[in-house]
Amino acid sequence: MKYRLLAALALIAAPTATVMTAMSAASAAEVNVYSYRQGALVKPLFDAFTKETGVKVNVVFAKKGLIKRLQAEGRNSPADLVFTVDIGRLAAVVNAGLAQPVKTAALEKAVPAAYREAEGLWYGLTLRARLIYTSKDRVSKGAITSYEELADPKWRGKVCTRKGDHAYNIAMLAAYIGHYGEARATEWLRGIKANLARKPQGNDRAQVKAIMEGVCDVAVGNHYYMALMLKNAKQKPWAASANLVFPTLAGKGTHMNVSGVMMTKHAPNKANAIKLMEFLTSKKAQSLYANVNNEYPIDPNVKASPLLESWGKFPRDTVSLDTIAKNRSAALKIVNTVGYNAGPATN
Amino acid sequence: MTGFQTSTDNARARGTRRFRLDPWTAGAFVITAIVALPILTVLGAAFFPTENIWPHLWETVLPGYIISTLELMTGVAAGTILIGVSAAWLVTACSFPGRRIFQWALVLPLAMPAYVVAYVYTDILEYAGPVQVMLRDVFGWTTSRDYWFPEIRSLGGAIVVMTMTLYPYVYLLARSAFLEQSSGVGEAARTLGCSPWAAFRRVSLPMARPSIVVGVALVLMETLNDFGTVDFFAVQTLTTGMFNVWLVMNNTGGGAQIAVVMLIFVIFLLVAERAARRQRGYHDTSTRPRRPVRFDLRGGRKALAVLLCAIPILIGFIIPAGLLISYAIEFYDVSLNNRFPQAAFNSILLAALAAGVAVLIGLFLAYAVRLRKSTLLRNLARFASLGYAVPGAVLAIGILFPFGAVDNAIDGFMRGAFGISTGLILSGTIVAVLFAYVVRFLALAYGTLEAGLGRVTPHMDDAARTLKHGPAQALIKVNLPIIRGSMMTAAILIFVDCMKELPATLLLRPFNFDTLATYVYQFASDEMLEECALGALTIVAAGVIPVILLTRVMGRNRSDQEISVV
Repeated sequence: MKYRLLAALALIAAPTATVMTAMSAASAAEVNVYSYRQGALVKPLFDAFTKETGVKVNVVFAKKGLIKRLQAEGRNSPADLVFTVDIGRLAAVVNAGLAQPVKTAALEKAVPAAYREAEGLWYGLTLRARLIYTSKDRVSKGAITSYEELADPKWRGKVCTRKGDHAYNIAMLAAYIGHYGEARATEWLRGIKANLARKPQGNDRAQVKAIMEGVCDVAVGNHYYMALMLKNAKQKPWAASANLVFPTLAGKGTHMNVSGVMMTKHAPNKANAIKLMEFLTSKKAQSLYANVNNEYPIDPNVKASPLLESWGKFPRDTVSLDTIAKNRSAALKIVNTVGYNAGPATN
Repeated sequence: MTGFQTSTDNARARGTRRFRLDPWTAGAFVITAIVALPILTVLGAAFFPTENIWPHLWETVLPGYIISTLELMTGVAAGTILIGVSAAWLVTACSFPGRRIFQWALVLPLAMPAYVVAYVYTDILEYAGPVQVMLRDVFGWTTSRDYWFPEIRSLGGAIVVMTMTLYPYVYLLARSAFLEQSSGVGEAARTLGCSPWAAFRRVSLPMARPSIVVGVALVLMETLNDFGTVDFFAVQTLTTGMFNVWLVMNNTGGGAQIAVVMLIFVIFLLVAERAARRQRGYHDTSTRPRRPVRFDLRGGRKALAVLLCAIPILIGFIIPAGLLISYAIEFYDVSLNNRFPQAAFNSILLAALAAGVAVLIGLFLAYAVRLRKSTLLRNLARFASLGYAVPGAVLAIGILFPFGAVDNAIDGFMRGAFGISTGLILSGTIVAVLFAYVVRFLALAYGTLEAGLGRVTPHMDDAARTLKHGPAQALIKVNLPIIRGSMMTAAILIFVDCMKELPATLLLRPFNFDTLATYVYQFASDEMLEECALGALTIVAAGVIPVILLTRVMGRNRSDQEISVV
């Protein structure tokens, strides 16, 4: 019995060991990335980087929990860089003490001060605008021009959004708190909840689709989804049913969030990691990024994609990313207090 | 012949046993300690939170989460029992056209990841889907405001989707229980004047109840830990709430506290399961199963039986698979690239390894519990099974921290003592992924094997012992051949589940490592079902083959020598 069990264990251990050795056999010139961004979005950039420098980029992609992994792995973590969207996550890594400052002339020149951490703990790479989509058929142009108006009772039963606790909506609410404080933000969200056409569900694109279906007249969504829908044969009619509004907040401008990159505290391949950071902020990569995913380049000297250029220039909201990060926790509590995700019919 | 003696009676007859630390007990202790590590980590985070938001949660969203979770569980339990048990009884005890096909085809929906089924039915039933388009054409409606149509993205939708993908657990366990019942029991009931229905209700069903209860418990644990379906359907359950607090609010303590509420649900389930089992005392003592006698169904009943078996297969498998196939053909060029075969290989290797390890461990635990008849051991084994009810991402976090701690401790020691850095030995390797699979799915192995062993009368063990066989020999020579079917069931359930496992894999995997599930997820997470159809189909196919294998193994002894009587 004992020997049979041992034999069985050996049978299990052998292939496991083989696979493990195969995977730990790493080349010297490499940089390791934990990415919250999907492979398809970042791969063209990493390929271009490897082609230019010969440095291999290893990636683990997950949408949730990579910060926890970094934390658990501690000083021996193999990760050099964290790639993520949303200021909240960048701030979370900083707050957990898992980032280290990087300062180079190239990085500071390419990334405006508003879109990087003062010490160099993170750098923005692209910008995403949170917009209002309105029905072409049912909403006249200029009928809604601000985020505040989403709570206007005239839109009762006509607003669609994704879930309130999604990072994009949390950042938007956090910016609102930045201008008006928590009490008024709570009232605002309560107003939007009362205006909802249905229980919050689906992603940003699903809201635009709901406009086409006649479920709602006004929806909230990030700008690049318009570009994505236009590129997809099945989704083109969704995009065609809606107009884009670049709304203002407190009369200032449109709420913008970032995608960014940061170096981990215990990065083992520091030199290559800096190389990759500088590459990503270079004009070449910025323009590649802008065209692959239709986000606004962080470098004001790099042109956005032709489609985005055609939408024209617009003012940006003035609340700092730091403030947004600080207000996130309060924003989430407001979402729960209001019971936003439960939908319009509840109180 | 059926002997009526309970195992608890048996233990009592031998008097109170003094606690001994023999290899079986010691092994069971070590295994449960290791397997319970992730759950203990989560419990630790719950009771020592850095920022306590429990009062806020309790006053705002938590009651709603609990109510909708209970509603979901009730609906899914009722649905899976109804479909699973009746289908299992029909294919084992009745004779009707297509029975041979139904008996394996009924398991097929198990191979479908629930979130994929959710996507598929949203595609079909939503406003722009074929059903509503047709309705609008026929009745001349123009917008969604002109008519009412059931919202698939709702609690009801989630109950239907989960029932249709999870009922095979109940079906499989009920069927194997019905099969392992000697047909003499049914015949005896019939000669005593029972109608087929009465024989089912008064004899077969009570005898199969422990297995059915295990099946329902598994279903409910899957329901409890599901994230993909409820998130997509916007149902506010404990799981979605926990994700919100833990990974969006980034509040570990609060997330862990909701996880504890979920664990309370599970413990309640396990206690209920145990209570249900305790009342029974039926052991099948016949050594050689007699040839089965099936009730020949006639007329309307025949049609009803066919319909009852066909509908779950149609909804749970044929329609979703059909849509996936059509997408896969249309988007062939997008989905097929060089990363695909590697992902398939990784999936199959990991799933097979995990199934093997989990069945071995589950067998060890179940047999140790049977041997020692110790309540402590039994409770430990049940605690180790809790991983099944914890959402994958939470389990993954519960693994990250102890693994990281061990790795860093070894590294620190080696640096201090020898000046060598060992780095991370376990974290970020497939060992971590494998460990997650075993912890997560051990309940399937333990539950199935415990139920299997439970149907072997203790007299068998006693007989083996009189032949001077030790416990290990008794296990191999006597018990294993009898519970072979249960072992295969467990291995295949785990294999298929590992193929579908996503959240833990995502978080624990090595660099540049994909399984089919993570590969599919890249697209599915953006609701791009078309692009991931091929990957999803491969997961399904990899699950379907063993599922067919399983039902063949289980039915072999009987199906080729069947006779049918009126």
